[in-house]
Amino acid sequence: MAVTWDAASVPDMRAFVRREADGRASVELLVRGARCAACIAKIEKSVAALPGVTSARLNLSLGKLTVGLADGRADPARIIAALEGLGYEATLFEPGAARSERDREGRRLIIALAVAGFGAMNAMMFSVPLWAGLFGQELGPATRTLMMWLSGIVAAPCALYAGMPFFESAWRSLRVGRANMDVPISIGVILTLAISFSETLLNGRDAYFDAAVSLLFLLLIGRWLDHVLRGKARSAAADLLALQSPTATRIDGEGRERAIPLSDIRPGDRLRIRPGERIPVDGVLEDGASELDNSPLTGESAPEAVAAGAACRAGALNLTGLLTLRAAARPENSALAEIARLVEAGAQSRSRYVRLADKAAALYVPVVHATAALTFAGGWALGLGPREALIRAVAVLIVTCPCALGLAVPAVQVAASSRLFRRGVLVKSGAALERLAEVEHVVFDKTGVLTEGRPELLSADPAVVAAAAPLARASRHPLARAVARAAGPGPTAEQVVEHAGQGVEGVVDGRRARLGRAGFVGAAAGAEGETELWFAVEGGTPERLRFADRLRADAAATIAALKARGLTVEILSGDVPGAVEAVAGQVGVADWRAGLTPEQKAAAIDALSADRKVLMVGDGLNDAAALARAHAAIAPGSALEASQNASDIVLSGPELMTVVEAIEVARSARRVALENFSFSALYNVVAAPAAMLGFVNPFVAALAMSGSSLVVSLNAFRVGRSQ
Amino acid sequence: MNIVFILAPLSLALGGCALAAFMWTLRSRQYEDPRGAAERILMDDSEEPG
Repeated sequence: MAVTWDAASVPDMRAFVRREADGRASVELLVRGARCAACIAKIEKSVAALPGVTSARLNLSLGKLTVGLADGRADPARIIAALEGLGYEATLFEPGAARSERDREGRRLIIALAVAGFGAMNAMMFSVPLWAGLFGQELGPATRTLMMWLSGIVAAPCALYAGMPFFESAWRSLRVGRANMDVPISIGVILTLAISFSETLLNGRDAYFDAAVSLLFLLLIGRWLDHVLRGKARSAAADLLALQSPTATRIDGEGRERAIPLSDIRPGDRLRIRPGERIPVDGVLEDGASELDNSPLTGESAPEAVAAGAACRAGALNLTGLLTLRAAARPENSALAEIARLVEAGAQSRSRYVRLADKAAALYVPVVHATAALTFAGGWALGLGPREALIRAVAVLIVTCPCALGLAVPAVQVAASSRLFRRGVLVKSGAALERLAEVEHVVFDKTGVLTEGRPELLSADPAVVAAAAPLARASRHPLARAVARAAGPGPTAEQVVEHAGQGVEGVVDGRRARLGRAGFVGAAAGAEGETELWFAVEGGTPERLRFADRLRADAAATIAALKARGLTVEILSGDVPGAVEAVAGQVGVADWRAGLTPEQKAAAIDALSADRKVLMVGDGLNDAAALARAHAAIAPGSALEASQNASDIVLSGPELMTVVEAIEVARSARRVALENFSFSALYNVVAAPAAMLGFVNPFVAALAMSGSSLVVSLNAFRVGRSQ
Repeated sequence: MNIVFILAPLSLALGGCALAAFMWTLRSRQYEDPRGAAERILMDDSEEPG
């Protein structure tokens, strides 16, 4: 069953080279294991010394190596080989358009933040004398007007520039007839600036320039932190996907192998598929015999034996033999496309979810704006001048500051997401946390979620395992790897020869030994559908090693913990009833359904969603549609790209228990966010009447605003600590 | 009081310098690899062995 791993014909990977306009080229690699200055020096020097390489720069924080190439013809495979020679695992990385888009957005936010910081500090410099003047210190009217003008000249351009992200978002939301949190923020800032300028022109006392910019400064801090954290989670998720190597190996007319991006596959291409690789596209086998693991497609855990002429579907994992496949479709038209359509339909229903902050804004905007209007109308009617009435109305808008409200949720989500990030839970969107907090019912996929999703050695004679291990360590075959894992570290066999599609042969303790298919070792084949490997020492009796997909170590504990938190649990699987029942029994789940197609899974989620909020945890392509339809979705890091894209939370570690932790933190975040809202509401109930009665001046406004923001931000740190 | 006419522009200019300096650090990509920057300072620039 082992396979030849012909190191001499490493496929050509030139498709990943990015060509620049000036004829130079560059390629980006994800490098694992680099930690210190010595690593940087070693990697950069050795790669830069390769022929055709002009520069090499390692970004240690991201683990990305950017290599400049003299021309587009240099081959990245040599760089990977050089890195592997140094002991670092490397994968080609294709930085998507989405990432550079996010980079630009982040840059814009940080520049806005810097400008707001400059504006806030310098406007404050002129505001302090004004505040002093409010308490009777000597400040002549001419000096006061000068200070107000200076403050305005500094603050207004800064506020207008730094406020752009809010103004744009508010405008977008108003155009579709909704009011999000950015609407009151924008109205507040613009009105504050306008009224302050009019006060300055009319030689008045109340100028709130500093308040307008510092409001934006505080809000931008929250927004920027949120952006950075999301970016970190997304790039960590992208790295997980890059490790699944999204490439295919095409065989050209002269029999040469060449790595190409999946999107470059055309119908009729001949593709080479090694053991451990996925079938990239629907097609027909031309050559080779192997077993396919269809579990990502159907959830079935028993491997399917295939030979030349068999039709294969994209997403299946090649377990044992070297295969040549004739592509029958483009990747976007294969079985994957059907799933992608289902995912899209589900994602649309999820995008209709209204976020907590926007719900609060929907309540807040009419109440506060009506109060301000009432203050103006009432003040005027009760004998105040129109100018005094307007100033009071604006004071209401300023002190009922949307600041604390604008920070109430982002601050909490930043705290919650960074806690989860440290535990290996990548939260890709803020709304995901809010939805996760609401779930009542958890649906698990079986294969790859409750189980490891890869073949593991079943209990076997330790002596046999120890004897077979040296041969197994020499092979990259998935089953041999499982033997090597079971045996732990140790010596490797000598004079190892791998026989394509048959097995591996070598010398262990001075005697020839073989590990592989029954026929290769000289034994009669076992039962159909069993995943097995045979091992024999020259002249000895062959020993059988059996493999199966094993339960995750913490699966039962996770289910118990979920039940203890009042959640109901169910298993939806595409596997045969026997296998599902066995797993359900072991983890203690009474509700399970087996043999479901992807469509049936999605329909089951829809039916469940009618009366409760459903969390789906799944990894296969057959789960992608269900993941997209569920109220919240979690995918393990080993999940296929479509499933990871359909979920907004990805687990980067192997523990299933982090699902429970994610729910805990999400619930705690929701609690703290609601606390923040009640604090803001309480504060507004006190501050608004004070402003209506004219007790608020610029100094009080500045104090109240930063005070309430500070309380809300500090409260956010309590997320996840209350237990 | 006239000192304000010198001090106010001066402090604004200083603040502006700080803002410009920050923009420069941003443009010269100094925040893209904080861990790498911390390690690189330990690297020997000299090429000769030993």
